[in-house]
Amino acid sequence: MAADATATNSTPYLSEPIREKIRAFIPRYPNKRAVTLPALHIVHEHFRCVPFGAMKEIAEILEIAPAEVHDTMSFYGFFPQAPIGDVRVWICRSISCMLTGGEEMLAHACKKLGVTSGQTTPDGKITLEFAECLGICDFAPAALSDDGRIFGPLTPATTDDMIEVLKQGPVADSPITPVIGRQ
Amino acid sequence: MAAFEPVLSRNWNVPDSHTLPVYESRGGYKASRKALTEMDPDKVVQVVKDSELRGRGGAGFPTGLKWSFLPKDRTQTFMCVNGDESEPATFNNRLLIERDPHQFIEGILIACFATKAATAYVYLRFEYIHAFRIMERAIADAREKGHLGKDIYGSGFDLEVYCHRGAGAYICGEETGLIESLEGKRGWPRIKPPFPAIEGAFRKPTVVNNVETLACVPHIIERGADWFKSIGTPKSYGPKLYCISGHVNKQVCVELPLGVTTNQLIEEHAGGVWKGRKAKAAVPGGISMGLLSAAEFDVPLDFEEIRKPGCLGLGTAAVTVMDETTSMVDYLYNSCRFFAHESCGQCTPCREGTGWLYKMMKRIKAGGGRLEDLDIMDNLAKNMGIMPGTTICGLADGAAWPVRNALAKFRGEIEDYIKTHQAPRYQVTPLQQAIAHGQSPVGSDTPMPDPTRRLPGPDLSTRATAHA
Repeated sequence: MAADATATNSTPYLSEPIREKIRAFIPRYPNKRAVTLPALHIVHEHFRCVPFGAMKEIAEILEIAPAEVHDTMSFYGFFPQAPIGDVRVWICRSISCMLTGGEEMLAHACKKLGVTSGQTTPDGKITLEFAECLGICDFAPAALSDDGRIFGPLTPATTDDMIEVLKQGPVADSPITPVIGRQ
Repeated sequence: MAAFEPVLSRNWNVPDSHTLPVYESRGGYKASRKALTEMDPDKVVQVVKDSELRGRGGAGFPTGLKWSFLPKDRTQTFMCVNGDESEPATFNNRLLIERDPHQFIEGILIACFATKAATAYVYLRFEYIHAFRIMERAIADAREKGHLGKDIYGSGFDLEVYCHRGAGAYICGEETGLIESLEGKRGWPRIKPPFPAIEGAFRKPTVVNNVETLACVPHIIERGADWFKSIGTPKSYGPKLYCISGHVNKQVCVELPLGVTTNQLIEEHAGGVWKGRKAKAAVPGGISMGLLSAAEFDVPLDFEEIRKPGCLGLGTAAVTVMDETTSMVDYLYNSCRFFAHESCGQCTPCREGTGWLYKMMKRIKAGGGRLEDLDIMDNLAKNMGIMPGTTICGLADGAAWPVRNALAKFRGEIEDYIKTHQAPRYQVTPLQQAIAHGQSPVGSDTPMPDPTRRLPGPDLSTRATAHA
């Protein structure tokens, strides 16, 4: 697999289809550097992380310095260097969710999964993170998985249900209303 | 206000409201056709100027005026739509995009025509995964039907709209931070001037507008500036989407004329305070706008009146209600933690200030507060932000306002908390006391600290498991 950390120049991280996906964004912007964020998203979606070697290759495609890609990448606390789990789930801890019990749900989920916020379960299924407002405060306390599913309002019982559902892996499509909680 | 007819949210409960046929069947894209075929760009700008539409993103800057700042001799203009809605407790843009994306696209189309922008970037926060999918689909549909693309409605006007996804940074909702992020750099706000209207994205004249602002535009073109000005309060005209969350029975987003009060929102639209309790305080428009005490709940929530009780502004009109059992220490702790997490680190007063405020609140909450901390926090809050002139953008003002408002309105409660919540681990040891008084602890009758007692300071043994 190309995600091997020891990949050398002879075995590129980014396959031709991924490079093509990145290049498809270039006509949208007046300069190539603007494609940095879309390219990082494409790489992240594929590898579930952004390896250093991939950043070098993004820089080559966009004709900028690897350091510039790294500079942008590291600003957003979004792109991990090591692969995350099959599903990434954020539990909100901002004001509306905090008031309605978000912190407790986060602590409950951490305990249930045996991880701390930001960690992945040993079976590689779920990465649990806190979030600063997910913009789904109408379902507070709420959680969001990176495949687009919304969970909320959460209680200890529905948090357990959420974890069970997330263990089944990501889904391709989901409704805009919560899959667990108020419909 | 019984006669008020919602316009922005009128399609929300219609089945398949996000699809183009439904939008067109309900009178959609009429306003854009009217603007592009019957009006010239300056006329559109004039109508929006006359309507006195003010930006819905937070600052409330008049939209028409913003558009008229673009240089007359420009050759290329960019439109950036700010859909990086990250203000805690705000979710109206999400609903606008998910439930009625074509109304939004029609607004983009008219705004781009008025400002002669041939490319529009919709900056969407990453967390709006559905909104992104729906927008991509809606843009493709609109393009296919000739609402976007080349020579729209035979007017000779071309427009391409692209979605650009953020990566979870609050600061990218600041207009120049957004532009930097769009350009592929870290989202550090720029020093102004030059303002984006002169030199914005890719160093070209740029307009940055909020999603809700643009959603208002088709209705202004269709119904006229006078209709728009017939809604709301003086200097704050038009409908507004209010989000209500926190300790209420029903957390909702409702469209109302500008100038409703917090009491009306809670009682008439949110089903009252939860569990039959009384409200104690509320955040009037996103956490950075400050704090209203229950006694101030009859202040109209519009761009002007809300400043009177000391709040920063209307912000995003996202009201978070706190019931009588809520500790203001918890509220302040949450607010300070948020801003310490989201400060971009560019300006020292904000980077350090938000961190200090958070550390102090953390210590106070844990039982190590001192009364003088409150004076230090107040002083710190008064010295960070664009108002005292120490930072580039308004994030620091947003971080300072909750502290200033909470200390002005609930100082007694916070002082009581400090007095009654003193944890042993924060107590001053005799050794520290001796050093503070300039005495040598050796040979005096000041006993050395009990060796079995932990010394003050962070508890390193629990650090590995703390999630905060």
